Amino acid sequence: MTTSESDRSSQPPYRYPDYVSTRLRAPTQPPIRIPGFSSRHAGPALDDSALSPLDADLTRNGRRNGEPVGERIIVTGRIIDEIGRPVPGALLEIWQANAAGRYIQPTDQHDAPLDPNFLGTGRCRSDATGHYGFRTIKPGAYPWQNHPNAWRPNHIHLSLFGPDFGSRLVTQMYFQGDPLLPLDPIFNSVPEDARDLLVAQFELDRTEPGVALAFRFDIVLRGPRATPREA
Amino acid sequence: MPRQTPSQTIGPFFGFGLAPDQYGFAGTAVGSGTVAADQVAGQRIRVVGRVFDGAGAVIPDALIEIWQADAAGRCDGFANEPPSGRSGAPFTGFGRAGTGARSDGRFEFDTIKPGSVDGLQAPHLQVTLFMRGLLRHVVTRVYFADEHEANLRDPVLCAVPRNRRDTLIARCDDAHSSHTYSFDIHMQGERETVFFDV
Ligand SMILES: [Fe+3]
Repeated sequence: MTTSESDRSSQPPYRYPDYVSTRLRAPTQPPIRIPGFSSRHAGPALDDSALSPLDADLTRNGRRNGEPVGERIIVTGRIIDEIGRPVPGALLEIWQANAAGRYIQPTDQHDAPLDPNFLGTGRCRSDATGHYGFRTIKPGAYPWQNHPNAWRPNHIHLSLFGPDFGSRLVTQMYFQGDPLLPLDPIFNSVPEDARDLLVAQFELDRTEPGVALAFRFDIVLRGPRATPREA
Repeated sequence: MPRQTPSQTIGPFFGFGLAPDQYGFAGTAVGSGTVAADQVAGQRIRVVGRVFDGAGAVIPDALIEIWQADAAGRCDGFANEPPSGRSGAPFTGFGRAGTGARSDGRFEFDTIKPGSVDGLQAPHLQVTLFMRGLLRHVVTRVYFADEHEANLRDPVLCAVPRNRRDTLIARCDDAHSSHTYSFDIHMQGERETVFFDV
């Protein structure tokens, strides 16, 4: 078993000058290819004593004296590998701004209100068929310093551990129809024909009538592929 | 064939979600700077360092994950099986540290020195690095300066141009104890760290 050759056709480059922070942080030397490097490495074991049942419900896990403010949403999807096989047991970590576009991290200086009943972070694992789901509040857009009048589109940050070292992924999920998407250099860093892969689709069938709207976001991880080891 | 979901930057505000214990929030993470609890067998070491941008400034919003074998060289991942997790295991081989947790931007891992995985590779830590301004994570390795003989034979180090191998070697730092290794990461410049295509 070796890890598949990486198909980088959907991945952003390291250096993308419109996203100003890449200029001093993107490596300038090409990464050194080590054949079979990650095949020797399954992923790490994770201490998941940290996980609790409320983790997948961000509308509840930060409550102190009431409900968080904002539009309740359900995000569900399926995690598969590059040849379409489900990835069971993948760990997703989630973090996001509140409905007003503010993170609880003290370094966030955006002048928008904090919500005393919303943390904006959670976790879940995919089930035996690769499906996952969490419930949250739709995050607001927020301004940033990249260029004049720059605003990040609504997005949820996601971190994933799949079955091996090569499948590690940190990404962002966006929302269908957001007018800020075509203006966002982070989103635009992705090759044009792959940007849709980051956009969650509204899904009427999964909405909870009277309670929450639903969005679908499927995730494709780089996967291990059985290949003959010797000729 | 399905196409890989594109990577996006981790952004500046991941601390409360991915390392709440280090950033002053309630809750625990799946990994921390303490990789090996006291009862784990092996030579105790500390690996410290900072991450620098192309202008030589310390990067205060990076996240570093390490993954390593135990002292006997066992790499107990969840090879091709669901990552079931290990509740309360004293050693998972996985560590995570944010450089915004301390005011000087330093990351610190308390762990044990790994053994050779397959008798061929020198002891090393696998490193994954995320930060604002990095659209895809990068992967590198920490080798140890006092494993000189093993390093000379290591197949991965040998695939690195000789003049860049130094960027992968952690030094024993006299300013600390003999068991503290220093490993700085340079994103750009003359000492740009070697990153691997995995
Ligand atoms: Fe964000």
